[in-house]
Amino acid sequence: MRRLLWPLAVLAALILLNVAFSPGFLSIQMREGHLYGSLIDILRFGAPLILVSLGMTLVIATGGIDLSVGSVVAISGALACLQISEDASVFTAVVLALGLSVLLGAWNGFLVAGIGIQPIIATLILMVAGRGLAQLITDGQIITVNSPAYKLIGGGYLLTLPFGILLVLVVLGVTAFLTRRLALGMLIESVGGNAEASRLAGIRARGIIVMVYAFAALCAGVAGLMISSNVSSADGNNAGLWIELDAILAVVIGGTSLAGGRFSLGGTVVGALIIQTLTTTIYSVGVPPETTLLFKALVVAAVCLIQSPSFRDKVFRRRGTAAGPRPAAEEKVRVTA
Amino acid sequence: MLKRISTLALAGLTAVTLAGCGGGGGGTGASGGGDGSITMGFSQVGAESGWRTANTKSVQESAKAAGITLKFSDAQQKQENQIKAIRSYIQQKVDVIAFSPVVESGWDTVLKEARNAKIPVILTDRAVDSKDTGLYKTFLGSDFVEEGRKAGKWLLEEYKSGTDPVNIVELQGTTGSAPANDRKAGFQEVIGGEAKFKIIASQTGDFTRAKGKEVMEAFLKAHPDIDVIYAHNDDMGLGAIEAIEGAGKVPGKDIKIITIDAVKDGMQALADGKINYIVECSPLLGPQLMDLAKKVVKGESVPARVVTEETTFTQEQAKAALPQRQY
Repeated sequence: MRRLLWPLAVLAALILLNVAFSPGFLSIQMREGHLYGSLIDILRFGAPLILVSLGMTLVIATGGIDLSVGSVVAISGALACLQISEDASVFTAVVLALGLSVLLGAWNGFLVAGIGIQPIIATLILMVAGRGLAQLITDGQIITVNSPAYKLIGGGYLLTLPFGILLVLVVLGVTAFLTRRLALGMLIESVGGNAEASRLAGIRARGIIVMVYAFAALCAGVAGLMISSNVSSADGNNAGLWIELDAILAVVIGGTSLAGGRFSLGGTVVGALIIQTLTTTIYSVGVPPETTLLFKALVVAAVCLIQSPSFRDKVFRRRGTAAGPRPAAEEKVRVTA
Repeated sequence: MLKRISTLALAGLTAVTLAGCGGGGGGTGASGGGDGSITMGFSQVGAESGWRTANTKSVQESAKAAGITLKFSDAQQKQENQIKAIRSYIQQKVDVIAFSPVVESGWDTVLKEARNAKIPVILTDRAVDSKDTGLYKTFLGSDFVEEGRKAGKWLLEEYKSGTDPVNIVELQGTTGSAPANDRKAGFQEVIGGEAKFKIIASQTGDFTRAKGKEVMEAFLKAHPDIDVIYAHNDDMGLGAIEAIEGAGKVPGKDIKIITIDAVKDGMQALADGKINYIVECSPLLGPQLMDLAKKVVKGESVPARVVTEETTFTQEQAKAALPQRQY
């Protein structure tokens, strides 16, 4: 829980900033039979990112990285919308899209664990080729669908709550159970710590690696369904563009080490929420579009710095010993570095 | 063994290259003859959107109709592919080269090669930033500033009777892109003269439905009193419509919507009364391109800038035009 302290503080600060600019930010009303408000928006639009980040967390915990999730998002949405536009049932469309996603993830896992290609390169292949595949499926066009059942996944409501959020809660619950109640999480961390040693200790490292990449792709596939369902259309060019970078950022903000070997699901969720809140902040505070990226970068840099214990040490110690002899302070820093 | 294979491969490559040269030479004889027929080399950006696909189709169909032989190549969004295509057109000695540049800069060298070979060049849809405007004959494409002005003029007309302030939110295209900059500027130019029009929020929606919806959701909460949305393309407008409906308001009535492009989905929404006005940005520039090509090949002078013939649509016009909409 202490690891989550700083990310939670940042999230609270961002929300306070919003409240300062628009006092009604925290209000949640009932409208058209569902909850309506900025906080609900953050959850709704953040849902795909949370899902992708959850998958990414496990991949990163094994010491890997998955750059292809954005392309999988596009492929899954494209395939589902294509099926629905050709009068397939929503169920068939969803099953086919998720099936293909898992297959693509398993392919990534095979390249990494079976052939031994570095994860960043192995998934780069699908990142580039996948976007082409999505465009091939949509024929380069935007496919518009009109299906109330499909609309539910990303844009609909169940029991006044956005359906996407309920979906995230289910995935989060299952993942947390599998990795924290059963031994799976420990196995993943052990593979991330040292894959070869884990294998010698009797863990099927390869199987675990293939599984986490397939899981990441499955999460991305569900996120793709949400994104395309939210606007009732599939856009092979733009759906999920750069979401892999946001997801990696969310994982890192959440305190999972890029070196692998440990992960925090709760941290990832908070990280993803920080990113989505930041986006909403930009819109509601009215940051001009030309400076949006700079604003984001500054906030993210601040978040990363404030989370780093050595940075905090340095800043707070400096302040504490400002009156004392400087060389001593510098020596300390060198020692910790 | 390996050596033998590589020798074979090399021999094969040489043969192909030689054949390629021969083919090029043969082509020269065919198209360079003085039989009056025109050969055009056209290099397209890619096939990234429905708009672009309609653009390609228009060029291909009108070339056939005009009796012009078209050599078509798709650059797949890459400048080097386009430069390669243009060089091969120069080698084949086509009569005229037309292309939609992927990016604005870096064309001087290859355009000079075309000029040295005395092949006229026509730019379509997108401009280049060469200082030497003598490198191409003319630029045929939409005037994005004018599109912004048309959107602004409709707004002036719509609100000419009232004196109440009109709160406008703007969904911009991709930050820094020419259509986004120009459509913003043209709109601002027209409505800037009247104090009652106020743009209370303006944010990029990256020309996509998903972003348009997300930005609009936030706008609706931060600004409860929006009267008008000006979206730089139909897709962002379509996303905004969903956001407005989710907020329990009626798009087209509670909040008026102006967009640009007039793609099929946008026209459908216009006909359904969810959008109020669309300024067309037409991809169907094929017929105009063929006319210009005939003129430059004959050596007639053409204006340095030709604007695509474009119109605007109200809801009634959309209902009438929708059945024949190609894209």
